Amino acid sequence: MTATPALDIVELSKTYASGVQALKGISLRVETGDFFALLGPNGAGKSTLIGILSSLVNPSAGDARIFGVSIREQRSAAMALIGLVPQEINLNQFEKPIEICVNQAGFYGIARPIAVKRAERYLRELQLWDKAHQQVRTLSGGMKRRLMIARAMMSEPRLLILDEPTAGVDIEIRRSMWKFIGAINAAGTTVILTTHYLEEAEQLCRNIAIIDHGRIIEHTSMRKLLATLDTETFVLDLGAAPAQLPFVSGVRLHALDAQTIEAEVARSSDLNSLFATLSAAGITVRSMRNKTNRLEELFVRLVENGKQVA
Amino acid sequence: MNAQALSIAFNTIARREVSRILRIWTQTLLPSAITMTLYFVIFGTLVGSRIGEMAPGIGYIDYIVPGLIMMAVITNSYGNISSSFFSAKFQHYVEEMLASPTPAWVILSGYVAGALLRGAMVAVIVLAISLLFTHIQLHHPWVTLTTILLTSIVFSLAGFINAVFAKKFDDIALVPTFVLTPLTYLGGVFYSVNALGAPWRQISYANPILYMVNAFRYGLLGITDLPLWQAYAVMLGFAVALSAWALFLIARGVGLRS
Repeated sequence: MTATPALDIVELSKTYASGVQALKGISLRVETGDFFALLGPNGAGKSTLIGILSSLVNPSAGDARIFGVSIREQRSAAMALIGLVPQEINLNQFEKPIEICVNQAGFYGIARPIAVKRAERYLRELQLWDKAHQQVRTLSGGMKRRLMIARAMMSEPRLLILDEPTAGVDIEIRRSMWKFIGAINAAGTTVILTTHYLEEAEQLCRNIAIIDHGRIIEHTSMRKLLATLDTETFVLDLGAAPAQLPFVSGVRLHALDAQTIEAEVARSSDLNSLFATLSAAGITVRSMRNKTNRLEELFVRLVENGKQVA
Repeated sequence: MNAQALSIAFNTIARREVSRILRIWTQTLLPSAITMTLYFVIFGTLVGSRIGEMAPGIGYIDYIVPGLIMMAVITNSYGNISSSFFSAKFQHYVEEMLASPTPAWVILSGYVAGALLRGAMVAVIVLAISLLFTHIQLHHPWVTLTTILLTSIVFSLAGFINAVFAKKFDDIALVPTFVLTPLTYLGGVFYSVNALGAPWRQISYANPILYMVNAFRYGLLGITDLPLWQAYAVMLGFAVALSAWALFLIARGVGLRS
């Protein structure tokens, strides 16, 4: 691909004053218009990376270019292209959402009349307009999270970085947030997402990088990554306790309790033969569910492999 | 950012500061009014009537007015910026500015403008209160204005630097209590430095507040213990040195970026 990427990270390192090496020379490329997942266990280096991209953390070495603009050489121009929704709530508790949004636009040099209109638009879209004139401290956690998204959108950034934006948010609000962010992405904004809700990443993101111990351990498309999953595990609730579990080719069965079994199905196998064998053995399956979502299964394996290598 | 965008960013910070000052006016404006009224009643009217004239035609209550105004300006300029910027750090919303295109010098200027405006508001309040007790004629308006501006700038920069280094609220209370207040009281607010004997007079010359109070007293009353040029040299010198230090700290991210 020859087009200027939304993000091009080259050999970025960070060693804190305490001696902790949070990033160990990582390189990463995110294409324009992508919905990109940046995943990793706690302490992997995700927040340090996001901190460097948003100029809240000074890098020790390397560089990152936002649409070709270096964060080290042209900090101000690079920051004008980024919108950040941080992991921790960082709102002035005594200000009102409308003030926070309008001020945010001011920090990007956007004139007040435009900022006021934009603030109303985004606060309405994120269902916060009725709270626009209340102090932030009176808002719920979910409202504060949505306010941080509205604030990040005030500069209409070309690259939106979301660091755990749905942490502690109920499912209904999460869905409305993803609908909003999906629309933003569809309109052309590149989105980088970190989340611990891996089913969200699987559903929303087209490309993915997994970071662990300050290194990128996987960087590929979501489709390719999921295709590497050689088995999928299902949990089956049975009608009655079976006397004995039958042998099924390509499937490993084991009992979780008297009426629940786990079936690890190889990619080369299919569910038809499993159900046919169970049926022939007189075993009734009342319901079935995935043990974990596919990305979660891969994520755990990759991180575990990383630990073994380390 | 072009010049228009920079001015919008500056106005945003200054406006936010003023809105904070007015929102919590009982903490930002009222205390000075009450404290200074007490100073005028106790030191000016009750004690001052027994002291007599400090200079021909200038009673003690007139003499302390400039010092009391300066004391209020110094405390409020310093306190405004140190508490406001530290709160932004403490609640992490300083990141709104640090992660934006706004350059360090605009962030600093915006905060200093806010502190300056609070200093000016308090100066007007204290002056208005003083007029209930005395009748002051302004002798040198430009000296008065420039002294109050420079003093406010110097102490707002000092307050900013304090907030940058502060890690907890106690850290922004220590300097006003153990440095600012003693320096102010020993800065010739209530007495003439000429009344001091050696070595206290010589030691007092190392106190920058002495020069500020005297320059302001010259502007308001037309009398001073020190040459005016020395006062301007001290004020400008501190303003330049503290600006450079504050800009260095914010650009390097000391206390702000990891």
